[in-house]
Amino acid sequence: MGRFHRHDDGTEHSHGPGDHSGYETGRERVEVLERIFDENDKIAAANREKFAASGVCAVNLMSSPGAGKTTLLRETLRRMAGPVRIGIIEGDIETSLDADRLAGFGAEIALINTGNGFGGECHLDAPMVGSALPRLGLADLDLVLIENVGNLVCPAEFDVGEHARAMVYAITEGEEKPLKYPVMFRSCDLVVINKVDLLPYLGFDMDGFLANLRAVNPAAAVIQVSARTGDGVDAWCDWLRARLADAAVLQSPLPSPG
Amino acid sequence: MRAGRDSGYAQPVHELSLCGSIAQIVGRHAAGRPVSVINVRIGQLRQVVPDTLVYCWELVSEGTSLTGSRICVEAVPARMRCRACRHEAEVGDLPVFACRACGSIDGEVIAGEEFLVTSLELADSAVTGETTEGAGA
Repeated sequence: MGRFHRHDDGTEHSHGPGDHSGYETGRERVEVLERIFDENDKIAAANREKFAASGVCAVNLMSSPGAGKTTLLRETLRRMAGPVRIGIIEGDIETSLDADRLAGFGAEIALINTGNGFGGECHLDAPMVGSALPRLGLADLDLVLIENVGNLVCPAEFDVGEHARAMVYAITEGEEKPLKYPVMFRSCDLVVINKVDLLPYLGFDMDGFLANLRAVNPAAAVIQVSARTGDGVDAWCDWLRARLADAAVLQSPLPSPG
Repeated sequence: MRAGRDSGYAQPVHELSLCGSIAQIVGRHAAGRPVSVINVRIGQLRQVVPDTLVYCWELVSEGTSLTGSRICVEAVPARMRCRACRHEAEVGDLPVFACRACGSIDGEVIAGEEFLVTSLELADSAVTGETTEGAGA
């Protein structure tokens, strides 16, 4: 293959008509066809294997800034930590403020400050999450909650090795958000609608929001909560327990014949 | 790498880290030969802004062996196929993923999620000789 145009690295070159004349003289084309997320996705697969090897279920939690991820996580730890051994990977651009708010509930917390990246990262990627795993001690955990960087764009693009994706959406953000950020809303298994205690004050059109959500992601589960008052948080915890059960089924060894 | 953060309020963009991944792929395939153009295919459902990617590439490539190379973007519109009635259609600007023919919500994305380096164009290798010679443009 590529007999006449093979170079040291084995790549082939296709020369279109006219490539050898005029201003394009000597321009050679190297076919690549390589996915730009390949490297991230390989490490995500390795993370997923590490979770599976320790019998851990991992959930990637995403949202815009201020939607209430950290408050929801606090309420989650209050209800579940102990019987369920929980680790948290906390992605934050500069500070440990969120990690500090989650201390004292008996969960292992690994903070990743993404501000050290070139230009500051707006998301967690698989290598960052992979680097946090040794600090968590996966062998002693059942559930890892990954609190992504607050951002409705970038985190949706990066598989970090999670088993399920959930996003927290606050009704203060407006009904049109699924149409403006369809990739994020499409990437989620669950949308937690937060701050419903504010419904009487906002004139929020829940049916309109749900119609927009269904337009971009007909399959997403929906749970309405107020992380502040605790309303609906038990339903979210039940969803997490169901994911734990799914992961346990996936990870249990096949019954050996005889 | 050069310092890329100009100010505290600049919103970090993932195009920067994507350029890092692109640089690795390009470096591996170029194998030391000078590169003039990197052809990249981006689906509509990827949240990659072509202009931002081109700009970030200037930042990331400057001072490296890829200085002066540029990214050329081929955009791919999103297309859906309905699993119920097999109707195919472009998603268009308004992100509605239900079937426009029968209304079914059971559809699959058949185009628009691409994000890859398709090819490289090497710089003037015939002019500079059979193999890489000199720094190129």
